[in-house]
Amino acid sequence: MTKAISKSDAPLPFASRHIGPSPTEVSAMLETVGAASLDELIAQTLPQDIRERERLVLQPALSESAALEKAREVASRNVSMTSLIGQGYYGTILPPVIQRNILENPAWYTAYTPYQPEISQGRLEALLNFQTLVANLTGLEIANASLLDEATAAAEAIAMAQRISETGRTLFFADRDCHPQTLAVLRTRAEAFGWRVQVGDPMRDLDASQVFGAIFQYPGTFGDIPDLREPIAQLKASSAIAVVAADPLALAILKPPGELGADIAVGSMQRFGVPMGYGGPHAAYIATRDIHKRALPGRLVGVSIDSRGNRGYRLALQTREQHIRREKATSNICTAQVLLAVIASMYAVYHGPDGLAAIARRINKTAGVLRAGLVALGWTVRTSVFFDTITVEAGERRQEILERARNMGINLRDIASAGRASHIGISVDETTTAAIVEKVWCAFGDTPAAAARRSIALADTFLAIPDEHARKSDFLDHPVFHQYRSETELLRYMRRLADRDLALDRSMIPLGSCTMKLNATAEMMPLTWPEFANLHPFAPASQAQGYATVIDELGAMLLAVTGYDEISFQPNSGAQGEYAGLLAIRAYHRSRGEDQRTLCLIPASAHGTNPASAHMAGMEVEIVRCNDNGNVDVDDLRRKASAHADRLAAIMITYPSTHGVFEEEIRAICDIVHAHGGQVYLDGANLNAQVGLARPADYGADVGHLNLHKTFCIPHGGGGPGMGPIGVKAHLAPFLPGHPEQPDGPAVVGAVSAAPYGSASILVIPWLYCLMMGGAGLTAATEIAILNANYIARRLESHYPLLYKGRFGRVAHECIIDLRPLKNAAAISVDDVAKRLIDYGFHAPTMSFPVPGTLMIEPTESESKMELDRFCDAMIAIRGEIRAIEQGQTPRESNLLRNAPHTALDLAEEHWQRPYSRAQACFPEGVLPGQKYWPPVNRIDNAYGDRNLMCSCPPPAAYRTAAE
Amino acid sequence: MLKFTSDHEWILVNNDSATVGVTAYAQEKLGDLVFVQLPKPGTVLQAGAAAAVVESVKAASDVYAPINGEITEVNQQVVDDPTLVNSDPTGKGWLFRLRIADRSQLDGLMDEPAYRALIADAP
Repeated sequence: MTKAISKSDAPLPFASRHIGPSPTEVSAMLETVGAASLDELIAQTLPQDIRERERLVLQPALSESAALEKAREVASRNVSMTSLIGQGYYGTILPPVIQRNILENPAWYTAYTPYQPEISQGRLEALLNFQTLVANLTGLEIANASLLDEATAAAEAIAMAQRISETGRTLFFADRDCHPQTLAVLRTRAEAFGWRVQVGDPMRDLDASQVFGAIFQYPGTFGDIPDLREPIAQLKASSAIAVVAADPLALAILKPPGELGADIAVGSMQRFGVPMGYGGPHAAYIATRDIHKRALPGRLVGVSIDSRGNRGYRLALQTREQHIRREKATSNICTAQVLLAVIASMYAVYHGPDGLAAIARRINKTAGVLRAGLVALGWTVRTSVFFDTITVEAGERRQEILERARNMGINLRDIASAGRASHIGISVDETTTAAIVEKVWCAFGDTPAAAARRSIALADTFLAIPDEHARKSDFLDHPVFHQYRSETELLRYMRRLADRDLALDRSMIPLGSCTMKLNATAEMMPLTWPEFANLHPFAPASQAQGYATVIDELGAMLLAVTGYDEISFQPNSGAQGEYAGLLAIRAYHRSRGEDQRTLCLIPASAHGTNPASAHMAGMEVEIVRCNDNGNVDVDDLRRKASAHADRLAAIMITYPSTHGVFEEEIRAICDIVHAHGGQVYLDGANLNAQVGLARPADYGADVGHLNLHKTFCIPHGGGGPGMGPIGVKAHLAPFLPGHPEQPDGPAVVGAVSAAPYGSASILVIPWLYCLMMGGAGLTAATEIAILNANYIARRLESHYPLLYKGRFGRVAHECIIDLRPLKNAAAISVDDVAKRLIDYGFHAPTMSFPVPGTLMIEPTESESKMELDRFCDAMIAIRGEIRAIEQGQTPRESNLLRNAPHTALDLAEEHWQRPYSRAQACFPEGVLPGQKYWPPVNRIDNAYGDRNLMCSCPPPAAYRTAAE
Repeated sequence: MLKFTSDHEWILVNNDSATVGVTAYAQEKLGDLVFVQLPKPGTVLQAGAAAAVVESVKAASDVYAPINGEITEVNQQVVDDPTLVNSDPTGKGWLFRLRIADRSQLDGLMDEPAYRALIADAP
């Protein structure tokens, strides 16, 4: 007899795929934590006075296939055009082998920032290739592993110039040929720092003796290749710093900035295979001379050695960064664009130096043919020395030509907004064919037949780059840019690198404060659809209706989740969101005539980006103490708020606290700040503990960012991309960031990112996540995230002291265990435990934040009970190993923890002389030989790497010699 | 005369010159140093102003001028080899010398027993 169709035969909703524990597991876990039900657990965790009474209601949840069908329909509302707009964004060909094996490969996109070097050697090598690529192309000695976009990279460069120039001047000069979005972001950044910007013609207006630095676009936004030698020489003579914003592809055939005398180069690596994506994400670069390396912002990969003396990679000079320097940091940059930097590096590995130069020459030739045709048609072309972009004098017929081109599927650049009323800009790229060139001619009045003939007649036209601008020096001579040119070799190279890393596709990554949850495949799939991937950020809005739908719908859902009134998607990282939010607060105070409100209160437990962002927004920081329970010391807050009541601008607070607890006093904290005239900035890093349960705007926040790469499933990409949109209450809405390409009238606060919607393409991920989860699913995810954290806390607390708990003994969505007592008892540090976890196949929890000597564990809702148990079992087994040291059974100097991680070389050692067996080292309890993750290196020597800094690919012969 | 600050600096006074470094306790807390940045000779500093930076792989710390004075000499050897601060903090690991501007400020600093008592109470 066949079973009748019943309700239980309905397909499982997506939420039950996203959430790890099954209903049976949930019951068992509730029993372990001692709660009768999820409701009871949540009631014991969240303070009653912030709990939302209404359930979160969104549209009914969609299945994966229904959501993808909807995504297809929405994608079809974007019009696929050929965009020859340029202005920093170009068509590019992402080699399919890289698309599938990096961009679409969870081994790459689900990895975390490589703070644990032993389990990150693959992407560290790819990033070292990136740094080598950038250093070689720019002709400078040292490059970092990525910034957020070209405009913010330019702003970082100016801030760096100010630090290293030692002139004490406060004026800097910006080439009027800089991209408009770059000028806009520079102005915003300068205003908050109290610098002045002079925009002008470098040949005519630059007075080098008056500035601390200058930035030039190379080639210029309208296409000209300027001769920068003279202005750079003038700057040098006046101890001012020369910054060149250079197109890296052009540098394959143009004289590099380093050879022109530049001190710093920045730019976007987008056209190295990364789709435009309506503005991002793409990796930006910054490079400089060796003497300025310590002033370089962002993450820097360096070469070091491991405990066997073998070469290994690591993040170098981390003390420059915000998580250590806080308000003294060189920059607030945290999340960067690792995944995109990896893609750009692989694009260079795929093409090699000759391939890159050939692409650059082809583009240059296409531009030359295009120009010759337009001249033949009688048009005046204003650009004579160019790489890929020309500007045409179109006179009265500008609109008509732009429209005719659009009708043929081509976007040209309307330069009217940049103050050149009658000009049209045309930028060609790797994808521009002869047929496209012919269409452009037709837009300018040619007939198709004549254009086809012209194409043939002009086929041999080639205006080589004039000798004084041409690159003569070689680049990318390292073997890595020569060995993997066949697809087979490249495929295996990428696989080898991926195999060295531990990402979410292998095991849980229990990093507190990072929310390493599932990045569902269905959420990721649309990213590489051409309708989302190939849109230019400055294409007319009418062509981006699909994006408009995503942005509107996602915005509405996020407002429902947080209770804010307006949202801006421009900030393309959490730290950028903090900065934009504080700018909004400052502008709000000013609008009320309270310019003096510049003091920002920040609890001692805050993320390092908070004080760094406050500093960048022109605020002074005052630290508020925390009490022994890790909560804000409300009396100290009251005292400081009242003492500085006339100057109080804001408090930046994270909720639940970075200590993983829902502070009972959050409402009181917000009220105190409001009572003294301040605004409340809520850091959304821990929003994963609140979605569906509490809304920041309802308990007192005025503005805050959402880490879409934490709570809303954008993968961490090995250290980026991220998105940090900010929500605001209505009174702050007029102070959200503006953008020069969004002509909604002058905005009070300028642009903070290069593109109006930041890294727009990845907004599709949180949009699909919310659509598939629905209100009930999102709420359930929060409840399970809290259950999972409490389950871990309960299982571990008899083995390691639990540092903080809420009023009813509950933690929020993460918990902190205290390892400090082990330092004296067994000479074991957090590092030792973290490295030993690698032997068990795990990524360590967050180390020493917010409390030194502790581990912060955040499991997220996506991990099943089976995985949580595997992790807890490993932690408990490690505690047993430590006990053996405490009890004197194992020596303090050489034991399973101090020597971790253990590698295949350990297993193969001829004369094993350690006080434990090889099997204990490599196959501890619960680790089966067939499932073993083998770290590719032993423990990395951090101090060696910082003392012997090397930040580009070492020559192959250097292998092993480092130790000798 | 040897004096100490609560920021874990030692000051060795010799006539009108004061040699400044970080204490053994401070180098222990910082861990292996990888970088030292020293002021330029001739720089005039007020007590409490940041004079030097010492960095390990995990921490960056300012070293403050303990008293008013003009920098007369810096220890280039620790710039070339920061590990000297770890191996010999009160000897070869000295950081800078300054010409004492106001001797009365020395009275506000700790002597050795007072400093030992301070670090004995530290966590």
